[in-house]
Amino acid sequence: MRKATLKVFRGDKNGGDYTKYEVPVEEGMVVLDAIHYIQAKDAPDLAVRWNCKAAKCGSCSAEVNGKPSLMCKTRMDRFEDGEEIQVQPVKTFPIIKDLVTDVSWNYEVNKKIKGFSPPQDDNEWIIYQEDIDRVQEFRKCIECFLCQDVCHVLRDHDRKDAFMGPRFLVRTAGLEMHPKDTANRMKYLKDEGHIGFCNITKCCSEVCPEDIHITDNAIIPLKERVVDEFYDPVAKIFKSIFGGKK
Amino acid sequence: MTTSPTVENAAHSGRTARTDNWWASPLMVALGFLAFIIYATYRAFENNYYEVNQYLSPFYSPKLIFDWWHFSPALLILWVPAGFRATCYYYRKAYYRAYFLTPPACGVVGTQGSSYCGETKFPWVLQNLHRYFFYAAAIVLLILWYDAIISFKTPDGHFSVSLLSLVMVLNCVLLSGYTFGCHAYRHLCGGALNCFSSNEQAKTRFKVWQFVTRLNEHHMGWAWASLFSVGFTDFFVSQVARGNMGPIPFF
Amino acid sequence: MANYETHEHDVIVVGAGGAGLRAAIEVSAQGLSVGLVCKSLLGKAHTVMAEGGIAAALANVDPQDGWQTHFRDTMRGGKMLNNWRMAQLHAQEAPDRVRELERWGAVFDRTKDGRILQRAFGGHKWKRLCHVGDRTGLEMIRTLQDQGVHQGITVYMECTISKLLKDGDKISGAFGYFREDGRYVLFKTKAVVLATGGVGKIYSVTSNSWEYTSDGQGLAYEAGADLIDMEFVQFHPTGMVWPPGVRGLLVTEGVRGEGGILRNSKGERFMFKYLPEATKNDYAATEEEAKEWVEATIHGKKSEARRPPELSTRDNVARAIYIENKEGRGSPHGGVFLDISYQDSERVKKKLPSMYHQFKELADVDITEGPMEVGPTCHYIMGGIRVEADSAQTRVPGLFAAGECAGGMHGSNRLGGNSLSDLVVFGRRAGLGASTYAKSVSGQPSINDSDINLAIEELEAPFNREGKNPYDVAKHMNSIMDAYVGIFREQKDMETGVAKLEELKKDVANVAVKGGKAYNPGWHLCRDLKNMMVAAEAIARSALSRPESRGAHSRLDFPDTDNGKWSTVNTSVYKDGDEMKLEHTPLPVMPDELKELFEEKEKAHA
Ligand code: SF4
Ligand code: SF4
Ligand code: FES
Repeated sequence: MRKATLKVFRGDKNGGDYTKYEVPVEEGMVVLDAIHYIQAKDAPDLAVRWNCKAAKCGSCSAEVNGKPSLMCKTRMDRFEDGEEIQVQPVKTFPIIKDLVTDVSWNYEVNKKIKGFSPPQDDNEWIIYQEDIDRVQEFRKCIECFLCQDVCHVLRDHDRKDAFMGPRFLVRTAGLEMHPKDTANRMKYLKDEGHIGFCNITKCCSEVCPEDIHITDNAIIPLKERVVDEFYDPVAKIFKSIFGGKK
Repeated sequence: MTTSPTVENAAHSGRTARTDNWWASPLMVALGFLAFIIYATYRAFENNYYEVNQYLSPFYSPKLIFDWWHFSPALLILWVPAGFRATCYYYRKAYYRAYFLTPPACGVVGTQGSSYCGETKFPWVLQNLHRYFFYAAAIVLLILWYDAIISFKTPDGHFSVSLLSLVMVLNCVLLSGYTFGCHAYRHLCGGALNCFSSNEQAKTRFKVWQFVTRLNEHHMGWAWASLFSVGFTDFFVSQVARGNMGPIPFF
Repeated sequence: MANYETHEHDVIVVGAGGAGLRAAIEVSAQGLSVGLVCKSLLGKAHTVMAEGGIAAALANVDPQDGWQTHFRDTMRGGKMLNNWRMAQLHAQEAPDRVRELERWGAVFDRTKDGRILQRAFGGHKWKRLCHVGDRTGLEMIRTLQDQGVHQGITVYMECTISKLLKDGDKISGAFGYFREDGRYVLFKTKAVVLATGGVGKIYSVTSNSWEYTSDGQGLAYEAGADLIDMEFVQFHPTGMVWPPGVRGLLVTEGVRGEGGILRNSKGERFMFKYLPEATKNDYAATEEEAKEWVEATIHGKKSEARRPPELSTRDNVARAIYIENKEGRGSPHGGVFLDISYQDSERVKKKLPSMYHQFKELADVDITEGPMEVGPTCHYIMGGIRVEADSAQTRVPGLFAAGECAGGMHGSNRLGGNSLSDLVVFGRRAGLGASTYAKSVSGQPSINDSDINLAIEELEAPFNREGKNPYDVAKHMNSIMDAYVGIFREQKDMETGVAKLEELKKDVANVAVKGGKAYNPGWHLCRDLKNMMVAAEAIARSALSRPESRGAHSRLDFPDTDNGKWSTVNTSVYKDGDEMKLEHTPLPVMPDELKELFEEKEKAHA
């Protein structure tokens, strides 16, 4: 039987090292299976986060050979025979143990976004499918935070103090484009979420396991909406003379 | 909540753990742009061989000749397409990666440090003016279409089809695909709406938005194709103007 | 004394799936302070796996629908063993809960005229399932999560409750640990809502995640509540058994609907043999006829041909697969072959896109190239903690339960789509019930220090002893459940099973683990095993005690459904000293006006 060598990070925030494990490769195996194999055979205390094993919950985020990926969606046959497979915890968030990181920052960011704000009426809502297609794309998000991990603003520049990150731009886009939402989050986007920190280099879109077009469909449209409010004097004047849109 | 160290932590060190040729694509982009910039700069300053018979190079159109301007007329107009492309969302991605290394590729450390503030400060905040460049570029594009169409008429008033004319038309097609797939335009034409079905006007804008969205999905492809075609059209015109070759008429 | 941190809330909700989130939102809406404790990160609960939709008689697509029909379908599906009041509340309130989800930001697929779209599903008379493509569960979780967060509920993530604490007979707190570093935590509270989901992990092949270790059932049992209907475990006939990476993952019925063929290791199309006499005439008699039906379906033509035998009922298909394996004609990994690859591959991809992608991406199996190996997979448990229908209170004052961990609502068999609606209807009711109860309690009930010490001791024991590896013990438990209390049951087997489980208890009580307390999955499994043991024993004993086949409980030695005594009682187990006691308690009696709903139907049929 084919064997694969996994180089897995073992340690915590104070330090650690890579341990090599041999794993027999079975047909259809994914990296998470290999990790489970190690857990059951060699290292019962190997920490890893997972739930669904079907790419639906977004728990098993890690970096496999340097690429932010869901372990349950990364097949072992993607690697060459004899290739060493390096499995690291995601880089952008503090390590708790082994492959598990502290992603609580994300939940804090989420709290600050103004929630869905519909009008207070009791009518049945009539909403057409074409009006929510955009929003439904954003709601596919499984909160794996791989986009947050790969975004260089958070990853290399560590601007967690200022930038909300692609995941939450996606969420905001879903709220802003909802036909029934009445809130306006533009000032927040500009001055607190700092959408301007994003330089649309698209790594978030590259890693998203749900294939959400994060940059093209969420971030750039939001940037343009911010332009409407803050950087387009001509349109402002135009609007104040001829009345607003909507 | 503690903040994580920026570049190194217990599990990560070095530039990247990626094992593929991540550097290939930014390198190619960097070289591609460089080649075009060198060529375009040379041609813009050359101030010659841009017009021959009914053919006008896109670098010099519209032809703005004024007494007070002693340099190449191209400089008076090239800032429009150059500005449009420089603030274009696709080009921004490409050159931030290839030249500024923020980041060079995904999961690869380029520049680092917490002084980064993206497009929030001068000069980068000017990227927000993209839509104004779009307006200007759309007008220039209209003129290029005009140039392409009148190129079918020889100076002596005959109708003629030449390869050069076809190239000019193709160039306009590609430029249109690029210009009208613009992200800013996609927003202006319909993306700004939250409800596409609320009234007749919104429904029309929705249709336009759908079309623009289709173009927009391939914005990168349009960007490169039209960049190449603009350069090639100019090259063709210049070769004809230098007398190295003819416009290759079919009839 | 050992270290632990303390938090105080009026109500503690354990579990943050659909039911737990909805309960917490309700408590907070009642103006009380609520702590939501979840074993994983927020938003990762098993609810995200639900695909089909949420059943609610909105009558948007089929105007004839109404709660009465939904109620009747649910009761019929559960073979009348459901708690009628729960089924009634569920059917009546589901539409409101769906509209409420929409108000909170859920974005359902729409009809042409802009209303919430509904689709058909097995057992539902009308088109009733509101859905968002095939990710309805995710939509629901995210909606509730955001609603809860903005309402200000406090969430304790990656925190596991190991013990409920009582003051006299009343709930007074919950004790547990954080996964991150193993630090202990005490929640002082007046009421606890359990919403921890199912028990799938006691079987080796399951569509459930690692979290499904019977936590709520175990905690409630220890605290003195009783568990009912535990013999009713739903198995889906076609789960993947190979490759191991996708073991248990569901293969939708759609594959068979599109003409998928089941074969054994000899290549025989065995389903022909297993058609029950009564319905035999509804199915094709020969391969040719089945083929004709498939051809006609593909080309949308009319045909006299009858359906292929693979489309027999779920329990029947499962039984056939089971017997083929028992008689040695199974596939190499204990299933049978399901083959759709004989059809045009483009068509398969178009008709079954998510199946195709799921297998291609997750398992590198191309279902257009070769057969899949499938077998029954443990999917859902109908039984659970007994609750009072209106308030969701258990028989322990201050203890409430909702969702899959509660029993009664689905009787002996659950209809697809009824679980998501169950979560929000009874999640809300449990939140309301717990709030009302908590408001009526004056002062904070007291916590016994010795209980805490005991809880800590119990948690730390695996570090301080020599014993078996918890992974091995879990595997052993799986093999016992698979072999003796699986999908088809027989007196002798179950007796063996009960005896073996009895022995296994010693191993469970003595599991040992190495390493530290920080994020140590082996250690967590030690604690989970204790709860899994409760479910395993409850299922085995309850199943043994019911000498009939009903819904998901299939006895080979009693193949028929009994219309006498066994249609009028629930099986109930509870803790008595160190023993599990079993009783049969009478079903609540349905009022006449509801009974009429069934009679009317019969009249109409006659
Ligand atoms: S496109 Fe923007 S948000 Fe996405 S990774 Fe790049 S900088 Fe981050
Ligand atoms: S947007 Fe995509 S990458 Fe980001 S968290 Fe959601 S699913 Fe993951
Ligand atoms: S385990 Fe759920 S996404 Fe991988």
